[in-house]
Amino acid sequence: MAPTLGDYLLVSGLLFSIGLAGVLLRRNILVIFMCLELMLNAANLSLVAFSRFQLPDGMPNYNAQVLVFFIITVAAAEVAVGLAIIVSLYRAKQTTHVEDLNSLKF
Amino acid sequence: MQLALFWLFAALMLLFGVAVVCLRSPVSSALSLVMSFLGLAMLFFTLDAFFIGIVQILVYAGAVMVLFLFIIMLLDLKSEGVRRLNVFALSGGALVLLGFVGLLVKVLTSAPGEGYNVAKPALAHPEASDVALVGHALFGGLNNYPFQIVAVLLLVATVGVVLLSKKELK
Repeated sequence: MAPTLGDYLLVSGLLFSIGLAGVLLRRNILVIFMCLELMLNAANLSLVAFSRFQLPDGMPNYNAQVLVFFIITVAAAEVAVGLAIIVSLYRAKQTTHVEDLNSLKF
Repeated sequence: MQLALFWLFAALMLLFGVAVVCLRSPVSSALSLVMSFLGLAMLFFTLDAFFIGIVQILVYAGAVMVLFLFIIMLLDLKSEGVRRLNVFALSGGALVLLGFVGLLVKVLTSAPGEGYNVAKPALAHPEASDVALVGHALFGGLNNYPFQIVAVLLLVATVGVVLLSKKELK
């Protein structure tokens, strides 16, 4: 007995919902950033699952895995830039709580 | 056996994912995220994506999470105290989330196309390893412009980080 594509998509969707819940409910900007990473990884999981279950000639479709490789690269760059922004924000405001960071609020 | 391992690692990943959202201390959240990423890497292994799984462990659970922990320690963040909950934001968030999960269940329980409920046994790669096949897909085409563009992107990110972390911009 092996897991089906539906199982992987269910798990991926649940991981995405957990990340979404974190982004919507948490107020610490660093934890929000971590939850964004969870959502990115949920997308990666569904990509790899689709690549595995779509077998053109008995092999997985490796284009999807290359895409996941690029997503991981871009996410690493994004984390570096995002954390630099958070550090400079903390230097200016002395807080990481999103409700205290409202200078752009209308 | 494969199914049991799949659900074990999926449960591990989702459990630590919930811990990321629920724990109050940012350090606990970050360490739970490491465990969640390790569970995800195991799921990649069950999908025969060994290269992606290893990259997940090295880049995400290693480099990215060390960066996160470093920033948390640098900023000396304490656990969040109990704040007054914003009921409006909370109910809005719960509504969006319930809508999304409802949609997910509806899609997954509807009758999708053929091949959706087919289980595939583990692959046997007699002729080439997983890394070699991913490398062929990455470099073997007529050009590898995406790879070069990503290199430029990483350079831009590096310059951006250096610029952002300067004391004052001139």
